[in-house]
Amino acid sequence: MTMPFYVAPEQMMKDRADFARKGIARGRALVAVRYTDGIVIVAENSSQTLRKVSEIYDRIAFAGVGKYNEFDQLRVAGVRAADLKGYQYSRDDVDARSLANSYAQMLGTIFTHEMKPMEVEILVAEVGLEPAGDQMFHILYDGTVVDERDYSAIGGDAEATRSRLEETWTDGLDRSTAISVGVAALGGPDREIPSAELEVAELVRGNGRRCFHRLAPDDL
Amino acid sequence: MTMPLFSTGEDPGANFAELLRRVGLDDDVPGTLGAQNGSRSELLHDLGVPHATTCVALNYGEGVVMAGDRRATSGNLISHRTMEKVVEADRYSGVAIAGAAGTAMDMIRLFQLQLEHYEKVEGSALSLEGKANLLSTMVRGNLPAAMMGMVVVPIFAGYDLRRRCGRLWDYDATGGRYEERDFVTTGSGSMQAGTVVKVGFRGDLTKDEAVDLAARALWEAADADSATGGPDALRGIYPVVATIDADGWSRLGDDDLAARYEAIVNEVRSR
Repeated sequence: MTMPFYVAPEQMMKDRADFARKGIARGRALVAVRYTDGIVIVAENSSQTLRKVSEIYDRIAFAGVGKYNEFDQLRVAGVRAADLKGYQYSRDDVDARSLANSYAQMLGTIFTHEMKPMEVEILVAEVGLEPAGDQMFHILYDGTVVDERDYSAIGGDAEATRSRLEETWTDGLDRSTAISVGVAALGGPDREIPSAELEVAELVRGNGRRCFHRLAPDDL
Repeated sequence: MTMPLFSTGEDPGANFAELLRRVGLDDDVPGTLGAQNGSRSELLHDLGVPHATTCVALNYGEGVVMAGDRRATSGNLISHRTMEKVVEADRYSGVAIAGAAGTAMDMIRLFQLQLEHYEKVEGSALSLEGKANLLSTMVRGNLPAAMMGMVVVPIFAGYDLRRRCGRLWDYDATGGRYEERDFVTTGSGSMQAGTVVKVGFRGDLTKDEAVDLAARALWEAADADSATGGPDALRGIYPVVATIDADGWSRLGDDDLAARYEAIVNEVRSR
């Protein structure tokens, strides 16, 4: 009988976290910025077909960075959970907080129990009926949930992106300013991202039932 | 909210009804009612469930007009005056339903959700023909209940974004799907409504004329069929009339319909 090697739990968690972080750092970052009529999500994405930002439910959007197949699996699970809940109860009962908690549970379980953690970071954003109801949840590879209010940055080099947002974000932005604030924060001081490499989507308050709206490159 | 996760072989894909089955919520799926237990049939007959009646859809080339009255009846009683039998299925299609109201409304709700669920999971909407086929399977799934009197017969119509034209389908209780070129009617007043549309239909109808013709068809159906409700000026209840074209679904306002029915009333009075 072979004996498994003993690995201290601290070491095991650290190894897994390092592994996940490395995978996420390879990808490009993504930001979400709150403005007067909703939330705009800007991602650096050279593909026009493989999306990082998408619709989950009437007022909820999803954005993911890291390994595409992994965050896409999370996206589909989110759509299913939300549609099932809305069908079983009411459309009004589907909210981002509960969805974020489910994601956190799932990612936490995978982080500790599975062979390898998911190399993803995700963002769940919800636009409220009033500006005070806008919410963003940033969920890490190990299931850590961070509740953010005005802006959020996830993915590679997120710290630097977040500090740039901190300097430029102000209350009461309009949509186009919010997009340029997001793009500038993604690019940094010495890099300009061409509009063909941008994926922009928004959640608009008062856009009817389905608030999610994708912006075409021509709209930018 | 629990996260539904599936292994690769078990994954229901973009199919919401299959997802309901996988998570054990399929008792709610319209069409499974009574499927397991034949002895419920006598019960269903005695329930006196409301029935929804006349709906019309016609094609004017650049789009379609859908219209339905607002009445639901249980036997010889009026059970609802404000039912909406013509509803938006998604941005470019609509569905109109005649038959057992409860089952029909559930079917519409699930159908709308299926279309939206597919669109979100796949990232692009079903084709118009795909939507028509999906509705066909749902009607067929309802067959056991239909055998017990809970028949649901929908009309499906919409704007085909690929072919750039309006298209319409009608169904039978077994899920048979028939694409029609010009117009479709369903429900107890369908004979009267169908005759009006048949006589008034031309290939070069404008949108406005098509709306007038649909409104007129419902008027005549309500005039001859007691289960079809006419315009109710007293309570301000008018039929649901909607157009679907390249700009998507758009429902006509009650003021517009009030004016159209006023014109019909004046014309009838002057005969």
